[in-house]
Amino acid sequence: MSNEATLHSQQEVMHGAHDHHDHDHHHEDSFISKYVFSLDHKMIAKQFLITGIIWAIIGAFFSVVFRLQLGFPDATFPWLESILGHWAKGGRITPEAYYALVTMHGTILVFFVLTAGLSGTFSNLLIPLQVGARDMASPFMNCLSYWFFFLASLVMMASLFVQTGPASGGWTMYPPLSALGDASIGSKIGVDLWLISMALFVVSQLLGGLNYISTLLNMRTKGMSMTKMPLTIWSFFFTAVLGVLSFPVLLSGFILLLMDRHAGTSFYLSDIFIAGKALANEGGSAILYQHLFWFLGHPEVYIIILPAMGMVSEVLAVSSRKPIFGYLAMIGSLFAICILAFLVWAHHMFVTGLNPFLGAFFVLLTLLIAVPSAIKVFNWLTTIWKGNIRFTPASLFSIGFVSTFISGGLTGIWLGNSSIDIHLHDTYFVIAHFHIVMGVSAFFGMFAGIYHWFPKMYGRFMNNTIGYIHFWVTLIGAYLIFWPMHYEGMAGMPRRYFDYSSWTSFNQFGGLNQFISIVVILVFATQLLFVFNFFYSIFKGRKLTEQNPWKATSLEWTTPINPGHGNWPGEIPEVHRWAYDYSKDGRDFIPQTEPIGPNESAH
Amino acid sequence: MHTMSIQRKKIHPHKYSLWIAMGSITMMFIGFTSAYVVKRSQANWLAFELPHIFWLSTAVILLSSLTIHLALKQFRERNMQRYKQLITLTAVLGVIFAACQWIGFSQLKNSGLPLNGPVSASFIYVIVGVHMLHVLGGVVALLIMFARAYRTRIRTYSSVPIEVAATYWHFVDVLWIYLLIFLSIAR
Repeated sequence: MSNEATLHSQQEVMHGAHDHHDHDHHHEDSFISKYVFSLDHKMIAKQFLITGIIWAIIGAFFSVVFRLQLGFPDATFPWLESILGHWAKGGRITPEAYYALVTMHGTILVFFVLTAGLSGTFSNLLIPLQVGARDMASPFMNCLSYWFFFLASLVMMASLFVQTGPASGGWTMYPPLSALGDASIGSKIGVDLWLISMALFVVSQLLGGLNYISTLLNMRTKGMSMTKMPLTIWSFFFTAVLGVLSFPVLLSGFILLLMDRHAGTSFYLSDIFIAGKALANEGGSAILYQHLFWFLGHPEVYIIILPAMGMVSEVLAVSSRKPIFGYLAMIGSLFAICILAFLVWAHHMFVTGLNPFLGAFFVLLTLLIAVPSAIKVFNWLTTIWKGNIRFTPASLFSIGFVSTFISGGLTGIWLGNSSIDIHLHDTYFVIAHFHIVMGVSAFFGMFAGIYHWFPKMYGRFMNNTIGYIHFWVTLIGAYLIFWPMHYEGMAGMPRRYFDYSSWTSFNQFGGLNQFISIVVILVFATQLLFVFNFFYSIFKGRKLTEQNPWKATSLEWTTPINPGHGNWPGEIPEVHRWAYDYSKDGRDFIPQTEPIGPNESAH
Repeated sequence: MHTMSIQRKKIHPHKYSLWIAMGSITMMFIGFTSAYVVKRSQANWLAFELPHIFWLSTAVILLSSLTIHLALKQFRERNMQRYKQLITLTAVLGVIFAACQWIGFSQLKNSGLPLNGPVSASFIYVIVGVHMLHVLGGVVALLIMFARAYRTRIRTYSSVPIEVAATYWHFVDVLWIYLLIFLSIAR
């Protein structure tokens, strides 16, 4: 492209930013353009967050319902029949409803909450604010990204209300169960709606990811070199790269599945009998779907955990008033995780017919992930070591994140070995592992982010007391729920079963299951307390009186308390130093915008 | 405000987004073609020849790459009349390309290889079909450019949109060449 064209296009962008800014001062936006089809990244972030919170309540409530079944298989709960109707005849959920609830719990939490709700919220909020940009590279695409997510949400929500129920073959949607409508009641239109919803979701993620990457690579303010960016931005960058490269592969897997369902093709189907009748499909391979699915599926767990890691790094440095330990090692380990994420997908398939010889390579690559993960854990611990820690709810959740990431990560070493996996696969050990390392940890990262950046989002603080109650109940509760599951798993108790009470080997766990279910209800109630705190504080929280309540160095705290569209009223500040100058040269913190002094060396 | 780091932005953000999007689309087709490779190595794989019309469609899409390149050149020289003609021609060639692929599908079907036939044929329908949709997406983009060129109220002097469209067009062209070579060799 010619130089002339480059210059021209830049001026156009500059004008765009300028217009937005002026616009802000002249008149108020209409309700629709401010709150609904907003182009402002901060509003889009809030839209993602609140939609994510609604989904999280639904997804978590589903887990309460199926935990009631697992904990109290003989009891009846008449109120369930009033909500679920014929899915809970006589107050006890049917096996079909159980599978639907489990599948939807997984889908909702993995995709709608911890992918869209987590990176959708914080990438949108923090990328422009922390790199010093007025908005995303393409605010319109960003708006589209949210509305595609909203459409995906509507379709998924609709699937909960169809007569045959939502998809219920597990969140991984393995064929042939998902490919044949006649296979089960949960394989009918529910699966079609699931696939359509997920296709829309992929589009949303791609539009978002493109924007995140091009914004943070192209629109950084003057002086903000890549190695001056806060670690949050680095983690959002790698998250977006993972998403952009792996979601399309998932989409191709879904397209083939849709063809198998409706066009009579045999990509995944071969030699199948339903009700004693042989199907015509021949030559397909169900393993093929698993390859395509897990090629996304594994990077997906890093899409979930990397933003949490980035936010935890930031919050830990701010709250312990110390520079992050090993900044470059943190970036290097994020990069290593990002590369390895694409090379380990088959460890989900050790026992599904994968060639055992291939499995050996995947074991090696899987265990290699322990190296960058351990580097990160070491760096977090050394960051808070001897720090002047301020135990805000955000910092507690960050420390909680490190705890659950260690305890959940260690069990990954067991599961990553293909020989041990023969015993442990599809047991409660797996449930315990991934819920602690990816579910609870990612939620802790998200909570840390919400408590820390809530003042930036709404100009008010969240209530600290409720925050502390929220943290301690959630941390203790999470361990009480998932720790016992390791024992059940080691005893061989399989996952995804409706009722274990008639199974002599696992009768001994009846009391344990009851205990887990009771804790689940308590923890769920505490999350509702958090939701109350969140919405109450938006309107009634303590007001912010200063720009920089946490005394942090990064750029988002140089904007006004309630920044308009365009973020900075005047010029965008220039950046002179990295984001982690805490307790340097006798000063508590030095903002990124302050030039390096004559007697000072840059980091 | 205008002093704000104009010289730092070397590449327009929309172009950057396009490059990432192209990487993303490439991954999708890598997904398809690697599924094809995995499937081919298993039993019951039926090999057959691709419809000959695919060679014609290749010529058409190559020609359309040339026309959009010329369109960009005319736009930069502000020859708007020629520019409009050339993007129209490109869009028409895009539609002809899609039509050729469609004829290819019916040829396949008539030679006893329907969509729900052998897996090797089903793959052709899906891979070529999804690529065709991407070309048609490009046609829609060109129609928007065309409407913009006729606007009298607002005139655009920025060549970024047409550059983005041209890059995308060359991309689907190269993607087709890759798919054609892949499908011809890995039969």
